[in-house]
Amino acid sequence: MSRAEHPPASLAPAGEPTGTAGGHPVLDDKGIRRALMRIAHEIVERNEDAESVYLVAIPNGGVPLARQLARNLREISGVEPMVGVLDTTLYRDDLQTTSERPALRATEMPSAVDERVVILVDDVVKTGRTIRAAMDALMDFGRPRMVQVVGLVDRGHRELPIKLDYVGKNVPTNPGEVVRLQGRAGGLEPPLEVVVVPAAAEGRP
Amino acid sequence: MTRVLIRGGRLLDPASGLDEVGDLLVEDGRIAAAGGQLDGRAAEVIEAAGAWVAPGFVDLHTHLREPGQEYKEDIASGGRAAAAGGFTTIACMANTQPVNDDPATTDFILDRARQDSPVRVYPVAAATRGLEGKVMTEMVALVGAGAVAFSDDGRTIMDAGVMRRVLAYSRLVGAPVIAHCEDRCLVGEGVVNEGPCSTRLGLPGNPAIAETVMVERDILLAELTGAHLHVAHVSVAGAVEAIRRARERGVNVTAEVTPHHLALTDEETLGFDTHTKVAPPLRSAADVAACRAGLVDGTLDAIATDHAPHAVHEKDQEFTVAPPGMIGLETAVAVVLDLVREGLLSPLELVRRLSTNPARILRRPGGSLARGEPADVVIVDPDRRWTYDPAKGFSKSRNSPWAGKALQGRAIATLVAGRTVYDADRGVLVP
Amino acid sequence: MIGRDLLGIEDLERVDIERILDTAERMREIGQREVKKVPTLRGRTIVNLFFESSTRTRASFEIAGKRLSADVINFSPSTSSLKKQESILDTARTLDAMDLDAVIVRHAVAGVPKRIADELEAPVINAGDGAHEHPTQALLDLLTVRQEKGRIDGLTVAIVGDILHSRVARSNIYGFSKLGAEVRVAAPPTMLPAAVETLGVKAFTSLREALDGADVVMALRIQSERLTGSYFPSVREYSATFGLDRGKLRYAKDGAIVMHPGPVNRGVELSPDLADHRPSVILDQVRNGVAIRMAVLYLFAGRRRRPGLVAEAPKGGSAA
Repeated sequence: MSRAEHPPASLAPAGEPTGTAGGHPVLDDKGIRRALMRIAHEIVERNEDAESVYLVAIPNGGVPLARQLARNLREISGVEPMVGVLDTTLYRDDLQTTSERPALRATEMPSAVDERVVILVDDVVKTGRTIRAAMDALMDFGRPRMVQVVGLVDRGHRELPIKLDYVGKNVPTNPGEVVRLQGRAGGLEPPLEVVVVPAAAEGRP
Repeated sequence: MTRVLIRGGRLLDPASGLDEVGDLLVEDGRIAAAGGQLDGRAAEVIEAAGAWVAPGFVDLHTHLREPGQEYKEDIASGGRAAAAGGFTTIACMANTQPVNDDPATTDFILDRARQDSPVRVYPVAAATRGLEGKVMTEMVALVGAGAVAFSDDGRTIMDAGVMRRVLAYSRLVGAPVIAHCEDRCLVGEGVVNEGPCSTRLGLPGNPAIAETVMVERDILLAELTGAHLHVAHVSVAGAVEAIRRARERGVNVTAEVTPHHLALTDEETLGFDTHTKVAPPLRSAADVAACRAGLVDGTLDAIATDHAPHAVHEKDQEFTVAPPGMIGLETAVAVVLDLVREGLLSPLELVRRLSTNPARILRRPGGSLARGEPADVVIVDPDRRWTYDPAKGFSKSRNSPWAGKALQGRAIATLVAGRTVYDADRGVLVP
Repeated sequence: MIGRDLLGIEDLERVDIERILDTAERMREIGQREVKKVPTLRGRTIVNLFFESSTRTRASFEIAGKRLSADVINFSPSTSSLKKQESILDTARTLDAMDLDAVIVRHAVAGVPKRIADELEAPVINAGDGAHEHPTQALLDLLTVRQEKGRIDGLTVAIVGDILHSRVARSNIYGFSKLGAEVRVAAPPTMLPAAVETLGVKAFTSLREALDGADVVMALRIQSERLTGSYFPSVREYSATFGLDRGKLRYAKDGAIVMHPGPVNRGVELSPDLADHRPSVILDQVRNGVAIRMAVLYLFAGRRRRPGLVAEAPKGGSAA
């Protein structure tokens, strides 16, 4: 599914814009790796029972981050936690107001969530609505013992009472700017970086 | 003496071949003189410069729905629609309620026409009782009451034996038998032309062969009996060809074609619009081309509208359920003028097919501007552009595929027996 | 944005079809959860307006709507002409005044969903109109083949049965062709539509020839009325010449799959053995049916026409 083009006569998905339309980096690949290693240590520190940890990535950005975190945790504690992917699109609270339907992403939950310590992993957290949707989705899968949240970048502007348990970097922004994780050639292949793009340059409504 | 002078128009008289700009003088309802500059003293003068002046058009095939279905149309509204379309004479079919299969009903129709219709109305009586295709009607009595032809139109007489006897008997009165040729068994449930369009639509198809088969049959029966067969609403190449060959060997067969079968193909049906549903259905491009060629070379003698009004709620049903038919009196001229604009027919030859030939087929006066003929005249502005809004038309119904379309060409005045019954500025004036 | 309604595959671009299939893939996963529900269409109202009865398709749409947390209402107006109280359009207009998010229409006559769509603000989804189209059936068939074979491009698909009267055939012809398959139809001559090649298919009256090299064989349901002598002389003769069994399936490619829109007339279109075992994928089709309909509801429901936004063609009469 091409996300860079929006063919005029079709059900154009309202996905996030991709591309390399400028923007300045606030976190480079080395910075991301260091942050993820530090977060892994923090996770081990807070959760004695390493076996109960279940990383659940919110696609698309959360996926490479969760996988790296899993590798880091294995390095540190010897235990590699399971990684699930949970698309939150169907739980969004803004579907009633938009007329365009966002494209759905894969959901793969290899393990049950009951009694697990689920650690949601997202790349950029702003309003907190995505995390709220992820928690609603998680509840439909079962009853976790505890839910914690990793945000690589916290850019503020919460609209809901959502707090992050683990933060890579706090990045103050204007609400109109776009902050995203991107890899080589617009995808999510390493090297990764987090960029801030002014709203006008993106051409977003 | 009442005198009317129609001044400066292009006079078109197929009967004499006259095609020139000049004046037309009418005295006491009859043509007094045609051509040149005439003396307009004490005459009502109608300026016709830039327009055509022709014998009033004669429509062989209309459905006026009275008696019985006056909610769709009646003789008064149908007559007005005819006048607005430039027709001074119309023939109305027998599939009314009750069916016009007896002299009392024929009488009723003529009576109504005398009172309410601005144009001449000739009833076509049923060929068989109740249109059931079994027992022929009392043709002698019906002609005596004023019927001019016989037809089960709307239906086909499927029993060849019955059709043979109907044709044979018609010789007693010398009236044409007008045949609606569709083999019902081949048509089946078909509602659109069988072909790529019916396949795409997923609607049952009505094959062209259903018409050709029946036209061939009726031609052979006409040949056998010596009767005058007139084929209604020809729509397919096979039928045109059959009629052409029959005429070559001297069979007494005439034929008509509708404006819609000369202009629209089955592609019009692709949106499921029931205003394109008609019997016979709109056909393929090749069939339309064949009908045009047949009209041009004279195989098809006349243009007839098959004006078939249906109420809005009737047309607004599922495609298979909606009754077939479209109104056409008020749009016919604009549509068939395309044939002149495309260089296929001269104005004189078009008028012949709209007026002279139909009058001849019905054996009635009309279609001529010769001295002494009744002054049934139409003045046509072939270039006038207008948009057709059936809600503002004279017909009670609105079922036309040209609704909302921009058209070119229109009757701007219609005279019956020298009296202006319709005028584009003032509307219908009589009764 | 293609438009508010899903009336047929003929109007869809390849990219739209793929979008629906991709969305349905995601929806399938929900059917594997314990709680088979997501809140996406919560508060939306969807009506099944079925003028022609059908338990399977209607149930499939109902389940799809409910899995998306929508409120689903079933409305089956009587279509007997004796009892006809309200006209189709009156019924549709009444429903529309209730501010619905989607109207799913099935009718025995082609063109009715389109007419309703022209009239309504709410999006209309065609659940089958006469012999014209059945888009969600074709979409679930496409999804099933894509899962089994990994792709559609380059496959050979043979559709066998009463093509003339089949909306499933037409929608599948459009769908598979647009996605790059070669489509064949096989039927007795009386059941092939006029000029069927203009749809881009090869027509066969020999089952064996049609099956030669086919990757997918789709058997259509034969309606019993057609088999009582007018289109085909008898059930026995039909199943002998066009019915599928393992023996005849050998004419097709190794690994060919067998499909059927259901319900199957065992012994007529498919032998009982084929109907119930591999390589028939009929149950996958049914499962995919719910996923496809969830995808369709997700993509189309709630997108009411806003007044003044889109220029509409004049209703009820516009020809060339």
